[in-house]
Amino acid sequence: MVTIFGKPLLLLYGQLTLGLINGAFYALLSLGLAVIFGLLNVINFAHGALFMLGAFVTWGLLNYLGIGYWAALVIAPIVVGLFGVVLEKLLIQRLHGLDHLYGLLLTFGCALVIEGLMRNQFGSSGVPYAIPHALQGPLNLGFMVLPLYRAWVVVAAATMCLLTWLLIEKTKLGALLRAATENGPLVQAFGVNVPRMVTLTYGAGVGLAAFAGVLAAPMNSVNPNMGADLIVVVFATVVIGGMGSILGSIITGFGLGIIEGLTKVYYPEGSATVVFVVMVIVLLVRPAGLFGRAA
Amino acid sequence: MTFGSTRAQAVAFVAMVALIVVAPGLLYPVFLMKVLCFGLFAGAFNLLIGFVGLLSLGHAAYFGMGSYVAAYVAKYWGFSAELAILAGGLVGGLLGLAFGWLAIRRQGIYFAMITLALSQMVYFFCLQAPFTGGEDGIQQVPRAPLFGLLSLQDDMTLYWVVAAIFLAGFLLLHRIVHSPFGQVLKAIRENEPRAISLGYRVDDYKLLAFVLSAFLAGIAGGTKSQVFGIATLTDVHWSMSGEVVLMTLLGGIGTIFGPIVGALVFGALETYLAQFGDWVTVTQGAIFILCVIAFRRGIVGEAGGWLRLAL
Repeated sequence: MVTIFGKPLLLLYGQLTLGLINGAFYALLSLGLAVIFGLLNVINFAHGALFMLGAFVTWGLLNYLGIGYWAALVIAPIVVGLFGVVLEKLLIQRLHGLDHLYGLLLTFGCALVIEGLMRNQFGSSGVPYAIPHALQGPLNLGFMVLPLYRAWVVVAAATMCLLTWLLIEKTKLGALLRAATENGPLVQAFGVNVPRMVTLTYGAGVGLAAFAGVLAAPMNSVNPNMGADLIVVVFATVVIGGMGSILGSIITGFGLGIIEGLTKVYYPEGSATVVFVVMVIVLLVRPAGLFGRAA
Repeated sequence: MTFGSTRAQAVAFVAMVALIVVAPGLLYPVFLMKVLCFGLFAGAFNLLIGFVGLLSLGHAAYFGMGSYVAAYVAKYWGFSAELAILAGGLVGGLLGLAFGWLAIRRQGIYFAMITLALSQMVYFFCLQAPFTGGEDGIQQVPRAPLFGLLSLQDDMTLYWVVAAIFLAGFLLLHRIVHSPFGQVLKAIRENEPRAISLGYRVDDYKLLAFVLSAFLAGIAGGTKSQVFGIATLTDVHWSMSGEVVLMTLLGGIGTIFGPIVGALVFGALETYLAQFGDWVTVTQGAIFILCVIAFRRGIVGEAGGWLRLAL
């Protein structure tokens, strides 16, 4: 058996793919957080809860309406995104001009309400969601065999990250978005409807979280706590990467996933905390974050 | 803004002490002790958010470690009550020193996220470390005698001790806020760059406030584990951090009496809603939303504004 530093190579590959998958979720979620924070100056604590809603909408589409996975991949982000738009219009918009800590507290409250309601409805253990037929079975890469669905998650998440990056960095809409992030009132003076842009950006960021939720639905069970556990790690990701750079968020997300996977192989006890340890080290060495600008 | 203790505050303080004395005749003492522990915890948290403008989302770490340490030394090392609680406070303070030192490197939102992440690290530590008993926690912690002499088995005897601890913590917080040190903290809250330009070493002030807050949170946690005879993962979980934010927000951020009022309302809500399962979480979330949207000054802040008094 081939080993690396005393560990079987196949174990290493297996954990690395799992790490990549976790990394994909960190990247998608921290990307959404960064986009929202850039324009709204709000750290969206409800991001984990909305990710969970994405998974539940996927489940609901199948079980109530008979709509399958592929359609859900498009519909669920739109549905949850619209919910986000309502949330922004109804609540978050009222905090304009206040200390941004209030935005954090408000969205924290939203997360508690959403998660509590879902736990009441579905219990804590959650509901199962089958892997779609086309993505079942193994994929043989020559040097290793991995479940096809895992490969799909990594590819889909990476593609989505890339598309978001292209949208923000290379299109006219993205340019407007970046301009509004730098100076909202000035962009508004040029005739752009900035408040609407803010609302839609929140919807889009939330949609990204829901997209991640759809990808996550067949991974384990769809359960009301799936977002709460994730969001704290995503916050650490954001602290490590800094929210100034889109590409930075993506790289940090995937990188941390891989580090976590490696830790599971070499020091399993530390796998739950390794991201936080990395955060501490980054804070000591580069307090502004890897891709952040000094405040 | 009034500096120092006002007459209204003195009157309110006397009223609060009177209530603490009368309350056990009307309400279940164990419930009251829980409220006092949470009141001290929220007061400690309020020192940071209310008077330095720092939102810590990880105060469960200091509260929970205080709870674990006090439970452990009382059960296995035979510490007396006051030493066990003090040990909890000291460990909370030390943890606060380390975490505060890291977290004050960043401001605002990032500060909040860092404290949350660090406290999650403590949670996983407590889940895995041998001394905490993992999922079971430390159970059947004996109520150690005070000074090794006075038995605290009786709920009423313990109640007076807890009330004394709360009042001592309350007065300490009041003293800190109204000291020259406290004035500098408020200056940092109002305008940090100006405080720096005036020559204050802002980071040192923030760190000391953080350590004091963590110390008192640890004392509150240690007291709680002495009251209930148990220390569990609930005390270190991030939802506890959320609850202390809620109590403070509900009572009134930056007010002296807000945290204890918030703890009382919160404790009553929690007890009343306990039978409805997850509706507790939903209600907590709804209160958060309501407070942030419409009620940012909290109960005491609104009452104070209405009466034109600083409470």
